Amino acid sequence: MKRSWLWAVLPLTILGILIAVFLRLNPLQVLVGSAPPVESIQIERAVLKSDEPIRLLIRGNGTDPVQIAQVQVDGAYWQFQQDPPGEISRLKSVQIEIPYPWMEGETHHIKVLTATGLTFDYSIDVALPTPDADPARLLHYGGLGIFVGVVPVGLGMLFFPYLKTLGNQGIQFILTLTLGLLAFLLVDSLQEGVKLATEAASVFQGGSLVWLSAATAFLTLLMISRRGGNVPEGMALATYLALGIGLHNLGEGLAIGSAFAVGEAGLGSLLVVGFTLHNLTEGIGIAAPLIRLQPRLWVFVSLAALAGLPAVLGSWLGAFAYSPQWAALFLGIGSGAILQVMVEVGSYVRRLNEPRGSWLTIPGLAGFSLGLGIMYATALLV
Amino acid sequence: MKFSLSRRSLLGLGGLGSLLSRPAMASEQTMTHSLRIHGGLTSVGEVDHARNGFDPYALLTDWDPGQVSQLSNGQTLREYDIDAADRLVEIAPGVMYPAWTYNGRIPGPTIRVTEGDRVRIRFSNRSTHAHTLHFHGIHQARVDGVPGTLEAMPGQEVVYEFEAKPFGCHLYHCHSAPFKRHLHKGLYGVFVVDPNPKRHPEQEAVARSRVLGSRENARWQELLMVMNAFDTNFDEENEFYAVNTIAHELMKRPIRIQRDRPVRIYLVNVTEFDPINSFHLHANFFDYFDHGTTLTPTHKTVDTVMLCQAQRGILELSFAEHEPGLYMFHAHQSEFVELGWMSAFEVVA
Repeated sequence: MKRSWLWAVLPLTILGILIAVFLRLNPLQVLVGSAPPVESIQIERAVLKSDEPIRLLIRGNGTDPVQIAQVQVDGAYWQFQQDPPGEISRLKSVQIEIPYPWMEGETHHIKVLTATGLTFDYSIDVALPTPDADPARLLHYGGLGIFVGVVPVGLGMLFFPYLKTLGNQGIQFILTLTLGLLAFLLVDSLQEGVKLATEAASVFQGGSLVWLSAATAFLTLLMISRRGGNVPEGMALATYLALGIGLHNLGEGLAIGSAFAVGEAGLGSLLVVGFTLHNLTEGIGIAAPLIRLQPRLWVFVSLAALAGLPAVLGSWLGAFAYSPQWAALFLGIGSGAILQVMVEVGSYVRRLNEPRGSWLTIPGLAGFSLGLGIMYATALLV
Repeated sequence: MKFSLSRRSLLGLGGLGSLLSRPAMASEQTMTHSLRIHGGLTSVGEVDHARNGFDPYALLTDWDPGQVSQLSNGQTLREYDIDAADRLVEIAPGVMYPAWTYNGRIPGPTIRVTEGDRVRIRFSNRSTHAHTLHFHGIHQARVDGVPGTLEAMPGQEVVYEFEAKPFGCHLYHCHSAPFKRHLHKGLYGVFVVDPNPKRHPEQEAVARSRVLGSRENARWQELLMVMNAFDTNFDEENEFYAVNTIAHELMKRPIRIQRDRPVRIYLVNVTEFDPINSFHLHANFFDYFDHGTTLTPTHKTVDTVMLCQAQRGILELSFAEHEPGLYMFHAHQSEFVELGWMSAFEVVA
């Protein structure tokens, strides 16, 4: 029995030996024949600065290393320098500098050719200088984050005195409305995450990353909120709501920051107005569980900060250090957090509605549908 | 007899020959020059011509008169051995293309004969697919080199034999199916038929100047230019365009031209996928003989010609009045220029 640890080591040892033998003998050679390896690279990001070369961040995405042979910009072979030079191994990334006189506000198509003549395309839809992370820019993007995150959530909370005048039915209505808005955010975050995952190098398995991080975040938060054996309500529930919405807003900030940075959103402040309206509802939702309490002002301020400030962080990350795999991960975590809050709000409503013990009443369904409807309608603006 | 004459005339193209022995210097000078003019518009790196087994610069003047003998009827017999083989060719710096080749090169050997000669070609297929030699010329159906007619299966050898006519600048290519693939993989070459001066008494001197190895021909600087392209990712669009296969090569190493000797270009378009290609000369005009089948120009004093797939012709020009310098020539489809079909003459006094 003392030697039982051997049985933990032995399988791993045998596995190691098997892998070594497999790699050595390469029995798959029979199946693969002389077919060349499938080359794959992912062009993750283009960085543009006035009067400077186009810089591309390229990551190895295939099983075998890839050698970049030539680079085309807008259908013309162009000089380039690769740093570090040589082949790009799986998951490694290199930077390529192309001294191409790019034109502000126009579209540029880049084609990277490998040593076997395979091509990988990337398009800069609207060429604009990539923002530098200088104080002025940080301030601007921070202001943007505050405007789409903190301000609307705070405004939503101003409904609080009104919410307090509502009776039991009214509270249930508002809470189910919150459920509706959360359901919308959940679907939205997951979809956005899965979409971004397709832009990341496939080796990161971005799609799985979204779902798995959502599940892990959900279970972790649920475990924390239920650790006393009680279902959270009041202050605790409002905090979880703020946290979940905050994580969602981090993803939203990422989207806004990167959209502005790559020029996609450069044409409309409508986008910002839309997000602001959209997020107003979130403030109402966070305040709803507090109706029976007499919270101080600082409670509201902190909740608004918890829910809104991540949008600032998100817009900085999105503008200055954007990469799709990180965005997908954040959106996954945000989705998990939202699901946890939905479960908790759902149980809270159910308890308010004892003895029937369900939130699915007529006012409940009406609130849920209205929540979805408001979010959908305000999302039309963005 | 003719064979030795043509060897001598090759040496006679001294300016070109001597440049071949010192390509490095020319390429260095031109790199800085082209960078100054064209910004960064170029492919990056150098092609290993030795590994490829052919040099686009050498192909410019690599006429193959064949094994020459006399038949009992007095006709000249020219014999060639051509094989087809699969090989990787570096068609642009660092880009290896799985090509199909005649005699290991793209374009294949430049067959140069005289009008009325008997041409015999032993064609052996060392490739993994069926191939043919289909000549553009006047001949019988049984030597046409199409599927089912003198098509060599892998490992087989077939013999093509016909009389060379009409005189002009022609081509040959594989005509096995699927056609597009067999062509753009590299199975093509040039078939030049020099006019027989005796058959053109009214323009005998002009005809004589076209005959490789003649005294009149020796002062001409003759160049072979095959406009071709490669689709490296097999999406039926070309990634590289060039003259003589290697993109940008004749821009990085301009063709040395002695300005007091006239220039004659045998130009052939074998570009696949794009219906037309073109040739545009900077700062000068030329006379053009479509298909090379006439001794008087079909277009006089032009600086651009447009050729459809398989169209070809002869260009005659002179830099005698020009200052020494770099004179570009390229397709006038900017798309092709920027994808490699960009070249230059370096005119020297």
